[in-house]
Amino acid sequence: MSTITLPRLQHIIGSGIVAAVGASVCYVSYTQQPSEAFLFPRLISTVFLVLALWTFIKACLGWTKVGNGISMIQFINLAPGLVIALIYIFWAAKGLGFYTATTIAFFILFSLYDPAPHTVLKSWVKRVITTACFMAVMYGLFALLLKVYTPREIFF
Amino acid sequence: MEFIYYFGDVFTPINFSLLLLGTIGGLILGATPGLSPTMAVALLIPFTFQLEAAQGLILLGAAYTSTVAGGAVSAILLKIPGAPANIATTLDGHAMALKGEGAKALQLSFLSSAVGGVFGVLLLIFLTPVLAKWALAFGPSHLFWLAILGVTVIGSLDSNSVVKGLLSGCIGLWLATIGFDDIMGAQRFIFHPSLGGGINIIAALIGLFAIPQVITMFAKGRKNDGSEAIKVQKYPIKSAIAEMMRNKRALGIGTLTGSIIGLIPGVGGQIAGLVAYDQSKKFSSDRDKFGTGHPEGLIAAESANNAMVGPSLVPLLTLSIPGSPTAAVLLGGLLIHGIFPGTDLFDNHPDVAWTFINSMLIGQILMCIFGLYVAGMAARVAQVPQSMMAAIVLGLAVFGSYSVQSSMGDVYVMATLGVMMYFLERFGFSAAPLVLGLILGPIAESNFIQGSMIATATDGLAPYFFGGPLNIFLIAIVVVSIFYSAYMELRSRRYTSKEEIMA
Repeated sequence: MSTITLPRLQHIIGSGIVAAVGASVCYVSYTQQPSEAFLFPRLISTVFLVLALWTFIKACLGWTKVGNGISMIQFINLAPGLVIALIYIFWAAKGLGFYTATTIAFFILFSLYDPAPHTVLKSWVKRVITTACFMAVMYGLFALLLKVYTPREIFF
Repeated sequence: MEFIYYFGDVFTPINFSLLLLGTIGGLILGATPGLSPTMAVALLIPFTFQLEAAQGLILLGAAYTSTVAGGAVSAILLKIPGAPANIATTLDGHAMALKGEGAKALQLSFLSSAVGGVFGVLLLIFLTPVLAKWALAFGPSHLFWLAILGVTVIGSLDSNSVVKGLLSGCIGLWLATIGFDDIMGAQRFIFHPSLGGGINIIAALIGLFAIPQVITMFAKGRKNDGSEAIKVQKYPIKSAIAEMMRNKRALGIGTLTGSIIGLIPGVGGQIAGLVAYDQSKKFSSDRDKFGTGHPEGLIAAESANNAMVGPSLVPLLTLSIPGSPTAAVLLGGLLIHGIFPGTDLFDNHPDVAWTFINSMLIGQILMCIFGLYVAGMAARVAQVPQSMMAAIVLGLAVFGSYSVQSSMGDVYVMATLGVMMYFLERFGFSAAPLVLGLILGPIAESNFIQGSMIATATDGLAPYFFGGPLNIFLIAIVVVSIFYSAYMELRSRRYTSKEEIMA
């Protein structure tokens, strides 16, 4: 029995989640009524579950050959950006209004990952100008050109 | 020769302006590393809602053509392929730029892209109506198998693992069943109010292609790529044309290879470019010079990846089977205007079909002309920091998915699918079969239900779905594509070895 390494553990967890989703989809397909409405989902979910279980068993046995998982460095790098992006999408966009939330999220994400030094005033000025230009383009495209009415909450 | 009748429609002020916009924008987007043609086209779809069907498709088609060609700019000047299709371009293109032949490399790249692209679109023009007429003979059982074929071919050929490719396709087919059932009106898999109307294809496409790219940029951290564009000197265009004509063999190999590979569903431009490069090297008397800045390698790679564009639309426009992930996104662009590929497209909307195809022909020429002028600007755009690109793409994805039907639910679905796809990709799953499942799922289900009704009234399910030469032929292709890919996967050990995973 080979040792369990981080990528292998990730494969087991990942394929386990997919197999659990497959099992629940299969269960719902075969138990919900009217059965005629679930004819096609039953067909699909059966194949889904078989393939998902196959992938899960392969992962458990350490036979997975594809996909490198996520390294710790990659996870540390992506975590703050992902958290900010999710807060922006699932709360701020509706709570603060699209334009306000996008301005804040754009500026934070750009500043967070910008390779330019954080201690130099010039690079902060550049970030502010870039954010303002981007928001002007977005407003022009979506509000003026496409006439999309977006949620506008606290400011505008 | 019906296409000639609609040629003038390309040159109406609005259509031609959109063609120019798509071409120039596509060249710049294509040159930007991290912005793949598929993602660029997906992000553009919301901008086509207020346009007529033909106008929307002109914009999307021009962007598709130009992003593939534009990727050569960063491949040559920065050694970063703008798109996977430009990987082979980097081998000789960048070496030419290092030798001070950057302008020559760019000119050869756009000229050979145009030659390959025009040939590919001509193939599209002449093959599509023939295949569309043939598709008339298809009944519900054949259309069901065709939809399944679309998912399994891409699932097995486009993925690193056949099982994971097919599993991705199944996930896509399941996602397509979420919402209310069309016939019984029953609720299916509505776990959250946002899913009441089912999964919106455009929001899903944006999420599946844009969000994983954004997270990948986050995962790189505050790293500076350190790439600096090589300055280009002027080079007479006549000399570039003469150089291309001297390398007719490489041009021919690239064009033919790209066209044939484009016709095979699921096989993308990346493979077309690499196969053409390899074949051109095998047939060349100067094979030792390949990789050192030899024009033959560049011409073969670039003519192939653009020759692939037209033929990749043949199975899409005739049989609803996209030849590439970008073609799958274009299918989404067709469906939002209520147009279905196949005979419906050519019989009921010939103006849309032919104006779109003709625009791709003109687009190839415009791409060549503007490519040479936009190259300098595109190279500067290619140096935009990844942090800025990630924030821009995220903003566009949120606004774009919301604008589909002014629904926050679509934004949530976009983000959820996108984050899920990023993690699935890290474990070897692929977005293309999932998207195909999502797009072809309703087609497969409606034909399965219709077929079941016919089968119940006639011979029964098994004889109806498994009998008849066409059904057997389609099932045979499904089985052969799966087993061929599984055989290739085992034989060549193409992918990450077990030891690498265990390390």
